[in-house]
Amino acid sequence: MPSLAAELDQHPGIWRGGELARTACPGIATGFAALDAELPGGGWPCAALTEILPQHEGIGELRILGPALAQLAAQGKFIAWIAPPYLPYAPALAAAGIDLERVVIVKTARDGDSLWAAEQALRSAACGGVLAWPRDIRFAQLRRLQLAAEDGRCLAVLFRHTQAAREPSPAVLRIALATSAGGLALSILKRRGAPLSRPILLPALSAPLAAAGSSPPLRFDAHVVDSTTSAAAAAGSISARLALA
Amino acid sequence: MPSPEPCAVAERQRLLVCDAKAAARGLRAGMPVTAALALAPGLRLRERDAAAETEALLGIAAWAMQCTPSVALDFPDLVLLEVSGSLKLFGGSGEIEARLRQGLAAMGYSERLAAAPTARAASWFARAGKHCLIDDAALLEGELCALPLSVLQCGEEEALSSIGAGSIGDLLALPRDGLARRFGQGLLDALDQALGRLPDPRGFCVLPEKFCAAIELPAEATQAEALLFAAKRLLAQLEGFLAARAAGTRHLRLSLSHRAAPATQIELGLVAACREATHFALLLRERLQQTALPEPVRSIALEVRAIEPLEHSNQSLFSDELREEGNWPRLIERLRSRLGAAAVHGIGLCADHRPERASAQAEPGARQLALDFNLRPFWLLERPQALEENGSIPWHHGPLKLLAGPERIESGWWDGADMARDYFIARAADEALLWVYRERSPVGAWYLHGIFS
Repeated sequence: MPSLAAELDQHPGIWRGGELARTACPGIATGFAALDAELPGGGWPCAALTEILPQHEGIGELRILGPALAQLAAQGKFIAWIAPPYLPYAPALAAAGIDLERVVIVKTARDGDSLWAAEQALRSAACGGVLAWPRDIRFAQLRRLQLAAEDGRCLAVLFRHTQAAREPSPAVLRIALATSAGGLALSILKRRGAPLSRPILLPALSAPLAAAGSSPPLRFDAHVVDSTTSAAAAAGSISARLALA
Repeated sequence: MPSPEPCAVAERQRLLVCDAKAAARGLRAGMPVTAALALAPGLRLRERDAAAETEALLGIAAWAMQCTPSVALDFPDLVLLEVSGSLKLFGGSGEIEARLRQGLAAMGYSERLAAAPTARAASWFARAGKHCLIDDAALLEGELCALPLSVLQCGEEEALSSIGAGSIGDLLALPRDGLARRFGQGLLDALDQALGRLPDPRGFCVLPEKFCAAIELPAEATQAEALLFAAKRLLAQLEGFLAARAAGTRHLRLSLSHRAAPATQIELGLVAACREATHFALLLRERLQQTALPEPVRSIALEVRAIEPLEHSNQSLFSDELREEGNWPRLIERLRSRLGAAAVHGIGLCADHRPERASAQAEPGARQLALDFNLRPFWLLERPQALEENGSIPWHHGPLKLLAGPERIESGWWDGADMARDYFIARAADEALLWVYRERSPVGAWYLHGIFS
């Protein structure tokens, strides 16, 4: 006969303060083992709201989602990009393994429209992932999106400014991104489970480039030149294969 | 359509029909128009429009073809449906009746329904306003006998009543040869057809190729909800028409006509063919709320030109399977109906080396090319942003450190949009990774074109 403690451990409604919460549906693997280990469900939470708060643009806020998005698209699930700040660039998405057929981009003129579109996409249960870039969002609206995400059972990610970290949020996972000397530091501000005091370090986006030698800059071996005058520069380049996510 | 004032239709200065509000004021059919106006000064009087009645009857016939392919018209006011072949599919005459009643109410018509083993008997019951569903031929004669002579509509009713016949039963009791001599063979034939003793061939309607229906509003309207209320009646009719053809459509055109201004056209495009009136209404609501009307609307017309076959969806053995999937085309349609068709799109690759042209908008879910490019950023700026240069170093919130490059892209002389650029991957002072380029020109200006993210 199992002991009472073992019995209680099996109960989904009981959670010990020191460990991560058990989730009903397993998370979507992030592709980064260090991050998966610290997330309840072993990945990005599905059927819940996630907030990503990058210090500023271009430090790798999309890269950490890349493997999860590629996995969702490979399962034939659609990924909605709602009100992205720039044009998502097809060659990079394809290179990250995301099936372009499964990408849909929604451009909106007003913030109200973005939130409406996000809610529709979440509630419809037609999307595997919904990424949204709201400019200004209040607690009640966040709560609404959280409920919609629970309804539609999909990965819902909001990209917000770091200043939003000080405001309360109903999101189940909040991650602040910052650059540190060693690479990209992910601080989990909130998760279902015990708080995490130290940030998770991922290699910097520029690591493969920086490692290859900083001066003179790394050269590409593939050029597109259709006039004879500048072919000489192309011919002189050294070969270097780069692998970035 | 309900209106705040009592309403009536007149023909040759006499009332033909009046609504409940008018009836409450003492108005009756057959009353002179002058007397009616004296009783109800606010009466909205419409002259009878025979063309509109025919149009409505044809519309109902097309709609009713969802229940049976054999639909005949009996002008001016009857639609005959041969339903004996459809009883099994729909689960009995009661089910068909309920379906017809519900649909006619959704289209805004009031109806009198009757069913009988012969077409003529059914039409007589309906004319007499007698609601009965007779499916046993043995019961038919008894029910027919009780009908008044007015159902015959042969113009001889007065003469018949003067010889003492008050009902169909009285006529059937009279000697046949005498009746034929006095009133013609036509009357006898009609009685025989009603009883099923003579064949009663009818010409069945042929479905029109496209759907076109209009509705006139009782009062000029500007509010989206009021317009939607009227449009729903047209959509209900459309649903029947499409069901009759086992088809759906992905393009609707709604035309709102005004007093003087040119009609406002609303085009509704769908990702996948559909026939459900409720879904059309949902999309239309978003569009109507966004549409600015130059003037109040007087009438609404709905037109569908292209229809396409729509397969019946198989019912799932486990009902929650559908819930899991979600309806992807519906989501796109909803988003597009509010935000505009151009605001919702997919992306695809193009076989072009110029960065601006390598990525293009595409229809969501459409197949895409698979092409290989060099290292490219996730974000592309819509137009390159000029960068400052300090001592030959490009500057973006601080000096940029070039990590990789140059990748020379010099292409496009054939279409006038040629470019000659050296692309670099650069790291900004704040660790952001940027995609910058230098124009291959004497000036050699630097631009920011993308952000690795």
